[in-house]
Amino acid sequence: MIALLGPEIAWYLGVAAFLFATGAFGVLLRRNPLIVLLSLEIMLNGANLALIGFARNLGDGKGQIFALTVMAVAASEVVVGLGLVVALNRKRITLDVDLLNTLRG
Amino acid sequence: MLVASAGNVLVWMVWIVAAFACLGSGVAVVSFSNPFYSALALIGNLGSLAVLYLLLSAEFVAAAQVLVYAGAVMVMFLFVIAYIGPRSESPWAGGPSWQAVGAVLASGAVFIEIVVAVGLKAGGQLSHSEHVDGTFGTPAYIGRLFLTDHLLAFEITSIVLLVAAIGGVILGAHSRRSVDEVPSL
Repeated sequence: MIALLGPEIAWYLGVAAFLFATGAFGVLLRRNPLIVLLSLEIMLNGANLALIGFARNLGDGKGQIFALTVMAVAASEVVVGLGLVVALNRKRITLDVDLLNTLRG
Repeated sequence: MLVASAGNVLVWMVWIVAAFACLGSGVAVVSFSNPFYSALALIGNLGSLAVLYLLLSAEFVAAAQVLVYAGAVMVMFLFVIAYIGPRSESPWAGGPSWQAVGAVLASGAVFIEIVVAVGLKAGGQLSHSEHVDGTFGTPAYIGRLFLTDHLLAFEITSIVLLVAAIGGVILGAHSRRSVDEVPSL
C-alpha cells in the first residue's frame, strides 16, 4: 500500500480552484473567441485536477474515469468551437464575441 | 523513515515547481494578446498538470492528457490560429473598463465560493488520504473500470466524439452555395 507523499489534497484543490477562476476570468474578459476557447480549456482542466485529487483522497478510481470523460467532452467542444471560428472567418465576420449577438439575419 | 522523508521532500519540490508552472502558464494564457502565444502557454499548462496527475498516482490520465490535449487538441488549435492569421487584441489598453472590473469580481467570487464550499463539505477528510495499492491509476485498472462498471459512460463518450467529428466536418466544409446566396450574419 502506498501512502500519499508530499502535499495533502487541499493544496491540489487550491491549485484547481485558482485554475478554474483564471479560466473564468479569461472567458469573461477576452473578446477573441480563440482565447475564450483556450480559457475554457483551463477551466475544464481545473475541474479535472479536482476530480483526480478527490479520487486519490478517497482511493477510488471513479474520479479518474470521470476525468477521462471530461477530456473527451473537452476535445469535442474544441472541434465544434474551432469549426465555428473557421466558419466565421470564412464569412469575413469579425472575430469578436461581443459582436456575435445574433444567430441569423 | 529517512527514505520516506527524503521522498516526501522530493515530492514537495516537484509539486512546487509543477504547481507554479501551472498557475503561471494559466495566467499567461489569459493575459497574452496574441492567441499563438496563449496556445503555447496552454501547452505548458497541460504538461505541468500532467506532472500533478502523476503525483496523484493517475498514470493513465497523465499519459492521456499529454497525448490527447498537448498532442492532438493543441496541434488543432495552432493550425486554426495559423489559418486565421495573427490578430492581436489588447485587453489592457485604455485603462480598466467595466468589463475588466466585473470579470475580476466574478472570478474572485467563484474562487472564494469554491474554497468555502470545498472547505465546508470536505474539510475534515482532506488532511488524510487513503492508502492505495500499486495498481491504482494504471491502464489495466482504468480499462477494467471502464469496461465493467462504467461501460455506459464509455459508450456515450464514443457517441459524443462521433457527433463532434460529424459536426466539425459540417462546420468546416465549404458551402456549395456561392457567397452571395449565403445569408450574411
